[in-house]
Formats: sequence, structure tokens, C-alpha cells
Amino acid sequence: MDAKVSPPPGSVAAADTRPAPLPVTFHVNGTAHALKVEPWVTLLDLLRDRLGLTGTKKGCDHGQCGACTVLVEGQRINSCLTLAVMQNRRHITTIEGLADGDLLHPLQRAFVTHDALQCGYCTPGQICSAVGLIAEGQARSVDDVRELMSGNICRCGAYPQILDAVCEVALEPKP
Amino acid sequence: MTPFTYVEVGSVKEALEAFHGGGDGRSKWIAGGTNLVDLMKENVERPMRLIDLNALDLHGIEPAADGGLMLGALARNAATAYNDTVRRRYPLLNAALLAGASPQIRNMATNGGNLLQRTRCVYFYDVGTPCTKRQPGAGCSAIGGLTRQHAVLGASDACIATHPSDMCVALAALEAKVHVQSRRGSRTIAFADFHRLPGERPDQNNTLAPGELVTHIELPPAAQYEAHSAYLKVRDRASYAFALVSVAAALDLDPQGLVRSARIALGGVAHKPWRVLEAEAVLAGKPPIAAHFNAAADVLLRGARSQGDNAFKLVMARRAIVRALETATAGTQAHSQDPNDGPGRPDTKEQHP
Repeated sequence: MDAKVSPPPGSVAAADTRPAPLPVTFHVNGTAHALKVEPWVTLLDLLRDRLGLTGTKKGCDHGQCGACTVLVEGQRINSCLTLAVMQNRRHITTIEGLADGDLLHPLQRAFVTHDALQCGYCTPGQICSAVGLIAEGQARSVDDVRELMSGNICRCGAYPQILDAVCEVALEPKP
Repeated sequence: MTPFTYVEVGSVKEALEAFHGGGDGRSKWIAGGTNLVDLMKENVERPMRLIDLNALDLHGIEPAADGGLMLGALARNAATAYNDTVRRRYPLLNAALLAGASPQIRNMATNGGNLLQRTRCVYFYDVGTPCTKRQPGAGCSAIGGLTRQHAVLGASDACIATHPSDMCVALAALEAKVHVQSRRGSRTIAFADFHRLPGERPDQNNTLAPGELVTHIELPPAAQYEAHSAYLKVRDRASYAFALVSVAAALDLDPQGLVRSARIALGGVAHKPWRVLEAEAVLAGKPPIAAHFNAAADVLLRGARSQGDNAFKLVMARRAIVRALETATAGTQAHSQDPNDGPGRPDTKEQHP
């Protein structure tokens, strides 16, 4: 593969002082987006500010709270700790992409059923993280779920309800 | 973040060439980005140019010729921890990886990046305070400051920060080798020689030369330690926190139950994973009992010095060494029975001095 450099070769010195936006393509919740983005824009800021997908929250902006958790190629990551240009061509799922029309994702239903939130700010990250947890298939017990949800902080302290909601879906007997 | 340019490369050769071509000498390679992007947000790191390595063919985990295992530098920490061979044959590494960071970060962070994350402390992150690690000669703000997380071994007047990795503590105990490439060729670095103590140059975390790229981490065969290893991590909360003290312990026991050989490495106590060969030699030929574990701890902690707030680490490190060795003696535990997670440990285990 050829190295893709921005801005195009020609004046390296000028390039290094005035970086140009780079063309990128993302598939977010099944929709393709082609846009130009500066290299220092995080995936989180791109989702919220450029694509208007404000369901994904900015909490600490340092990977410590998990409010920004999204799924990239099905894997949960902190969208605040990655640059948008690094996720070029990837398939991204945010909280807005989990429901099927009016039919909520099982985890969304479980969060409602268990009243697993107070202010709700951490909820999109909690739910995306739980989707990733289930896909990883490593959780066998309530203790496993507790440990594997530790990247998501809830300042209201709704942990017992969050744990119940995630366990209901993550640990349900497989047919 | 300070503006920078971005380049994507597709091969090791391109990555090495790109490092020398542009960026005004301030190019940086980026892989997972979990540490570098964070440091860039705080203006601690201000590269002119980022070279994205993620398209390089270094994601694999493959058997090595001598029966060991080669971990690709770009294999993610989660993929490495959950790799069947790592789980089965290197349970110490599996346990250490899963004790580190959060699931989201483990999905992003690479093996190479784990080695290259900065040894750091809160003052390093705070660009409003002097820090010799950020700016050579500036002086250390941590000394005489808040030192709960800081080093008790191998520190200098220039820096008392600790290396926060869990993975690297296990890699030190397993005597991993770091494979690197540069335009001049390739070389292999013993893990003990990879990271540096701060001395007068805490800005230098490791012994890589500029333009040297980590390509693989080699795990030598370690079948003798499979059955008796443990990673114990003591921290301020049960998950997702840096170690106050951590211990990677592995024992090779003979049929009589005596120690043939031992490996012990400490995290959270120094600028690099802390290993003392003489401490391991103390255990050779002896029964695996607390009296000898304490003697090994004496040697491991020789020269340990409190910075004030972290005086508890001197006691905690000794207890953690003994407990990790006891846990290893009892037998390697599956992650679900991780000694770090156990709710009701017998009180007898707490009685070591």
C-alpha cells in the first residue's frame, strides 16, 4: 500500500505548519459519511459535532469514565482516545444505532425495566459497553460482568441497577 | 491539541522511512493511541506529525521457533489476553493483561504501545508544574508533593514516577525479548534492558534509539511456570486503577515440592518493572513457605525508600510479594478465581509482617 500523506507531497515545511483536513469515510449506524476532518479531531468530537450524533457523551475526555464508548467493527472503545482519521473506513455503531425503529435493543429495554439510571449521562456509554461485553463472550458470572463493566463510571451510583440490567441480557441462558 | 499532520503507512519499511522524512524531527508513531492522544490533549506531547502504524502486518500472535510465542506489536491487549495459547501457556501474562486498564482500553491498546506508554505521574501531566521528565533540568515537582502513587525503588532526584503497566511486570518475570527494527537493521533487547531507571534523564523511558520500531515481543518457553503463577495487583479500588503495588510471581516446583526456580517482578514501585535476580535465587532449593518468601522480599526491597505519602508501599510490597508467592504455590488460578477479586480471603493470609 502506498503511504497516504496529507497534505500532498510538494511543500513539506508548509504542510507541517498548516495541516489540511483529510478526506475520510465512515459507516455510522449503517449510513456512509464522506467528509474532511483535521487530524486532531477525535472520533468523539466528529460524532457529536460533525455528524450531530450527540447520544455519545463527553465525560472526562481522557478514557477514564466510559461515557464516550462506541463500537468500532463491533468492538467497544473509548471514542475520546482515538483520532477520527485513525478510524477511516471503519463501521461504527453508536447508541443511536442500536434500536430497530421503535423496537429497543434488549439492553435498552433492560435499562428501562431495571431503572438503571438517574441522570442518564453515562447510559449510552454503559449500554454500548454492555453490547461490546456480550460480543466478547467472556462474562460467565455477575462478578465477571462487574469487572468487565469497570470502564464505565456512573456518578449517580446506579451500579446495582446497571449490573442487574446488563446481567439480565448478558447472562441469560443461550438457547 | 497542538495541530499536527497525519500519515498512514502500510509496511515496516514505510514506517521507518516516514519517521525520517518530515515532521521536523518531531514525528511520532501512533498505534492504539490510548496514551499518546491523551498526552497530546494535555500538551505534554506535541508531535508535528503522526505516523499511523495500524495498517502494518504486526497484528499476529504466532508460535516461535524454539517453542515460545511471538506477540505482534500491533496485537491488541485484549486479543493477546484472550488468545488461547496465552491463556493456556502464559497464564501470568493473561492475568496481568486483564488486571490492566479497562475493557475499552484493552481493545484499543497494542502490545508495543503498552511497553512504550510513558512512565508518568500527575505532575508529568500538569504542564503548569516543573517536571524533569517533560523538560530536562526543570526539577521534580513530585518530590515533597503528593506521592501516594510514586516510586520507592530506583528513583532519582530528577524523577520518582512509576511505570503503570501490568503487562510489563509479567513480561519482566517471563524474560520476554523485544524485537525492534530500524533503517540500520534489527536487534533484540532483553526485557530487563528495555526500560530505564530515571537517573538524570527521566525524559528517556527506554533504551530504544530514535527511529527504532518495536515489531514483536517474544515470550520464551515457560512451561515450567504454567502450574504455579500469580499476578497480584493492589490498588485503591477493585478495578480500573493503577497498581499501588503489583507482583508477578512464578514458581517451578520439583516433585518434592521444593522450588527449582522462581521469578518475581514488581509493579507500581519503580520507574520500570522491578526484578532482582538475587531475590529469586534465595528461593532455589527451598520449600515454598512464608519464611523464605519474606527473605526473598528482603532482597527485592533492599534500598527501598519512602517519599512520604507512599511509606505504606514498603509494608504493602512485602505483604504482596509473600501473598503472590503463596497464591502461586497453591496453583495458577483461572481468571474467575483471580486472587485480586476474591471477596472472602482467610484472615490468616493477612498476618505476614
